[in-house]
Amino acid sequence: MAEEVILLDLWSSPFGTRARIALREKGVHFDLREEDLPSNKSPLLLQMNPVHKKIPVLIHNGKPVCESHIIIQYIDETWGPESPLLPSDPHERARARFWADYVDKKIFPPGRTAYRSTGEAQEAAKKEFIEGLKAVEGELGDKAYFGGERFGFLDVSLIPFYSWFYAVETLTGCSFEEECPKLVRWGKRCMQRESVARSLPDQHKVYDRMSEIRKKVQAQ
Amino acid sequence: MGEELKLFGSWGSPFSRRIEIALKIKGVEYEYLEEDIFHNKSALLLKYNPVHKKVPVLVHNSKPIAESQVILEYIDETWNDNPILPRDPYKRAMARFWAKFIDEKCVPTIWKSFMSGGPEREKAHEEACELLSTLEGELKGKKFFGGETVGFVDIVASFISHWVGPVQEAAGVDVLTEDKFPMLYKWAEEFKNCPVIKENLPPRDKILAFFKARLEMLTSSYKNRV
Repeated sequence: MAEEVILLDLWSSPFGTRARIALREKGVHFDLREEDLPSNKSPLLLQMNPVHKKIPVLIHNGKPVCESHIIIQYIDETWGPESPLLPSDPHERARARFWADYVDKKIFPPGRTAYRSTGEAQEAAKKEFIEGLKAVEGELGDKAYFGGERFGFLDVSLIPFYSWFYAVETLTGCSFEEECPKLVRWGKRCMQRESVARSLPDQHKVYDRMSEIRKKVQAQ
Repeated sequence: MGEELKLFGSWGSPFSRRIEIALKIKGVEYEYLEEDIFHNKSALLLKYNPVHKKVPVLVHNSKPIAESQVILEYIDETWNDNPILPRDPYKRAMARFWAKFIDEKCVPTIWKSFMSGGPEREKAHEEACELLSTLEGELKGKKFFGGETVGFVDIVASFISHWVGPVQEAAGVDVLTEDKFPMLYKWAEEFKNCPVIKENLPPRDKILAFFKARLEMLTSSYKNRV
């Protein structure tokens, strides 16, 4: 039976980016379908993710998988056993999952607030975003990747936010090179991988989009 | 066997109890250390979970693991008897999805419906009922979320089977009732009566007393604010 893999996606979403990277790391051929969000969600999206109505959604032979970290693990468990994204040791796996959860809870939310807000709110969010990045930088240490010698689950989880650096620096006035130099070096190293270079949105396009959203939010 | 296994937990925490349930299902021996999470966290807890400083933390051969769902997966991968997660990747993805739904949507909304006041409480209550309805839909006539036996989602949902009852009594708010959610209610009864679950949940009256006291504290501060 021919395999059918569809990804319901949004170019600028860090969560969609994770799914694209994971599929490309595994060499899986997929049909990438860009959604027109937020106001024009496709019937397929609403049918395949009725609970959250969000992207990314991976549809494998008609069956949907939702939530980006769950999608990455599904991809890892279904394809390319010779190049695993998650480590084989249970304790290392737990660490990777712990820090991926940390990215979603402690890095993404303040980062999002930082580009949407102004004044004190922005300062506080920026500070929190940087603190979160520094904490995860501690987990990287001097390794090439979070996965050690191998690009893995946690690398996939965090790397989409590297495409945010230029925009956040410009919009909030900070320097990630100064604040978390190891992460910047790691980001550049990851960008050498085809899966990442193809999947990460262009940092200037990210800036344009964030500026647009920011204007809309401030106008409300 | 020479394996060192410690669990830092709190008697009233549903997150901590999940881990005990999983370890009991696996038949694994462990040392339990009760933490005073409200007033006096131990130096060891802060050492083993410096990022979040919370329970539960499982320490296996001196290596700590934090975050209850991460710990559950670790336990399942380390001790292979009586699997908690399904083997099939798609079914695993579904189990993870519903567990996440419970922790990120149901738990905070249900808490809010008890702990907040006025219009905020009404809104949270309505949302909580919608979420529970969605969750109930996932049962689809099965005995447990895991099918014939207790699984990952059931363990994560133990908050609903055991904490919601006494907390809603303490708050005087009906969220989970038999006539509103007959299938979820039935699941809760089945779940609570499993021997491994029954032995591992805190007494209902203790939870009730604890939350009555907390609610009094919270509502008096709310009244003072308004």
